[in-house]
Amino acid sequence: MILAVLTVAGTAATMGLRNAVHCVLALTLGFTGVAMLYLQLGAQFVGFTQILVYIGAVAILAVFAIMMTHNDQPMDLPDSHSAWVAGCIVAVAVFAVLARAIVSSATTPQSQPQPAASVQQIGDALMHRFVLPLEIMGVLLTAALIGAVVIAMDRREEMK
Amino acid sequence: MSSLQSYLILSSLLFSIGLAGALTRRNAILVLIGIELMLNAANLNFIAFWRYGPNPEALTGIMFTIFSISIAAAEAAVGLSIILAAYRHSRTTNLDQMNSLKG
Repeated sequence: MILAVLTVAGTAATMGLRNAVHCVLALTLGFTGVAMLYLQLGAQFVGFTQILVYIGAVAILAVFAIMMTHNDQPMDLPDSHSAWVAGCIVAVAVFAVLARAIVSSATTPQSQPQPAASVQQIGDALMHRFVLPLEIMGVLLTAALIGAVVIAMDRREEMK
Repeated sequence: MSSLQSYLILSSLLFSIGLAGALTRRNAILVLIGIELMLNAANLNFIAFWRYGPNPEALTGIMFTIFSISIAAAEAAVGLSIILAAYRHSRTTNLDQMNSLKG
């Protein structure tokens, strides 16, 4: 419950604050809350991966991008009011539909023992059953790395 | 309300917050962050269903989440570099001012 409040407060602050750097700081709070929820659900490996990847890489990358694109004009100009209201209405409507579906669905209320997912089990599964997706993921990450460098490269020096 | 349902409600709340951010913010980086939040909500769903589902020893939910986190990292890197390239071109990250392709 506390974790839920922490997570929702962090993400809501991320989307509500004016200063973009403050937004990313609130974002790390929200990501930490999600990682704690993973730990609470018994998925230790995923929880620590969440901390490493999201807080360690994605949030830092976002801070770098915000700093590099920072200029004198205010980062976030006051949004047009009608667009803001329309976006909030759409989001609330989506939440209402999802919540109604979840509440009305019949889930079997069974209290299971906490399933075990040790790192060894996950490694075994990654090396045997999921080895092809793992390799494809490696290729994808390499391609994304090279692509990101190529896209973000400053080509003006080559032109001279 | 069962424990699974409360996790699902929380996850849909996270999704809605991310959606609201992606729709209302005008800074391109914050829109990307909103999309990341929506991906996080999906991952939380995977883990909750793995925890309370009938077959937790198959580890399917965990595997989905691990691969989804990797894809989200790749997507964030490429997206932010595209934003940097667009900023170098148009000197702004405000989505309303990036209108040079507008018909």
